[in-house]
Amino acid sequence: MLEQQLINALSLGSVYALFALGFTLVFGVLGVINLSHGAIFMLGSYAALLLVEHLALPLWLAMLAAMLASGLIGLAVDYLVLRPLRARNAPHLAPMIATIGVATILTSLAQGLFGAENKRFPVGTIPEESYNWGNLHLTAVQIGIVVISFILMLVLLAVMRRTQLGRALRAIAESPKAAYLLGINVEGLFYLTSFAAAALGGAAGVLVGLSFNAITPFMGQPMLHKGIAVIILGGMGDIRGAMIAGLFLGFAEVLTVAYISSDFRDAVGFGLLFLILLVKPSGMFGKVLERKA
Amino acid sequence: MTELLTSIAGTGFMDWWDGFWSTYNTVIFSLGVNAMLALSIYVTLSCGLLSLANAAFMGIGAYAASLISMQTGLPFPVALAAGGALPALVALIIGIPTLRLSGVYLAMATLGFGEVVRVVVLNMDITGGPLGLNGIPLKTEWWHIVLLLALTLYILARMRRSKIGRAFEAIKEDEVAARLMGVNVAGYKLLAFVIGAAIAGVAGGLNAHYTFTIGPGNYAFENAVEILTMAVFGGTGSLVGPTLGGMILTLLPEALRDFNSYRAVVNGLILVLVILYLPKGIWDPRRIRGWANTFSRRKTQAGGSN
Repeated sequence: MLEQQLINALSLGSVYALFALGFTLVFGVLGVINLSHGAIFMLGSYAALLLVEHLALPLWLAMLAAMLASGLIGLAVDYLVLRPLRARNAPHLAPMIATIGVATILTSLAQGLFGAENKRFPVGTIPEESYNWGNLHLTAVQIGIVVISFILMLVLLAVMRRTQLGRALRAIAESPKAAYLLGINVEGLFYLTSFAAAALGGAAGVLVGLSFNAITPFMGQPMLHKGIAVIILGGMGDIRGAMIAGLFLGFAEVLTVAYISSDFRDAVGFGLLFLILLVKPSGMFGKVLERKA
Repeated sequence: MTELLTSIAGTGFMDWWDGFWSTYNTVIFSLGVNAMLALSIYVTLSCGLLSLANAAFMGIGAYAASLISMQTGLPFPVALAAGGALPALVALIIGIPTLRLSGVYLAMATLGFGEVVRVVVLNMDITGGPLGLNGIPLKTEWWHIVLLLALTLYILARMRRSKIGRAFEAIKEDEVAARLMGVNVAGYKLLAFVIGAAIAGVAGGLNAHYTFTIGPGNYAFENAVEILTMAVFGGTGSLVGPTLGGMILTLLPEALRDFNSYRAVVNGLILVLVILYLPKGIWDPRRIRGWANTFSRRKTQAGGSN
């Protein structure tokens, strides 16, 4: 049965990684913990559901549109909330609390508009094929999740590592002021980052909605917790770290449930987080960050 | 108390008062308890620490105090004292390694600690697991809350003007500079953390003894955020800010009853607007003095032109 568990873990872990990717990207470039990322993830899920339900879009198109929609929401949050705080040079506590407010607003709006109950995709939307391989059982959704997550992760990694845009973003991560002096359009790239991060979050939302086939206004909060654990484990702002830590958390959770107890599933992430912060606060792969006198 | 009121105001008022009290007594009690919680996070913030563990400390205090009340015959003050002491002890133990972290890292670590506490409480037998504790004796009286809130305010006000308060302020402004001046940074940070935990624990104990039932869901991430929100909303520059913030945000949901399912939207909106437009919270003495000055200037100008 271990092989089956590992496959489940891979699919869970790649969703965690995809979700955390946007989260860590925003921290890396903007230096902000955006706690509305979970709510945006949830809205991405609803966007796909509405498009499939009312416009009868095919799933892949609905997913792209949902990414666009959540990206635009992320952009709006950046423009309306984060930009004024940047302009004022507010301490790091301010954007964190403001985005908690944003998350509250978005969650209760979703609750008011769509109701608090579980929503499902219409029958027939989700491909139901599955493949058996010895005693391994793989569903099309699981394969889709892993493939889509890995494609998105690798694209982002390639953009960050190999393109001029990625170089500019890394320069901003190092120092926005220096990047600005070098002629980089810092403010524009902040918007782009917020958009891309939210779109990735929305994509994760659609995939989670498909895999559990249960969409609620409250699905963002637990995911946000996992995201926090993942970006700390991987090192804040470290994209490769978030990918590896996301997969790692998926494996740790599935194996805990399988071999220890399902009671402790939600404590795994935070237990790991707590430990890593005490032992190596810069994350599993990070450099040592410390201010010296 | 009752006889006195009856003789003064007659039975009509008493009927109204009884109805009002039975509907709103938990809200009125929560005014004081939430003010204490906001003050508990104010202590750590005043030392420059963003700790989100206060909901967990409140929970530890609530469970400790309730279990003593339910399973032993010890008097209420003992239960409350234990509700303050146990979180303080836990804070002392986890604070030593954790407080090496700063800024966002500390916030995340304390958040992680809170979640671990929640899951542990969820899986222990003595805490009633996911069902929580039911039938906690209703021992909290209004004057307990007034007394303890006043005591908290008094101690914190004295502390602010003492060596400890100045050390906290120095650490908040610049940790490295404070250390170079000979301030025992690690020691004072730990002290702030422990004091905050004790206040949150006592507040939790008080809260448990008027809500009748508590569960692990009452002390989760959302509650940690709520406590932080109250302090930031009120303003963390003084003791008045968190007290006011805690009280206003307790009353707000009651005032917003008419908005029904969109109530939380207004809550979130207020939070965002305060952060954007009143960065020092609603209680910002300098801003208020500024308003008062413009007002009085206008008055004298109006007087002069006459």
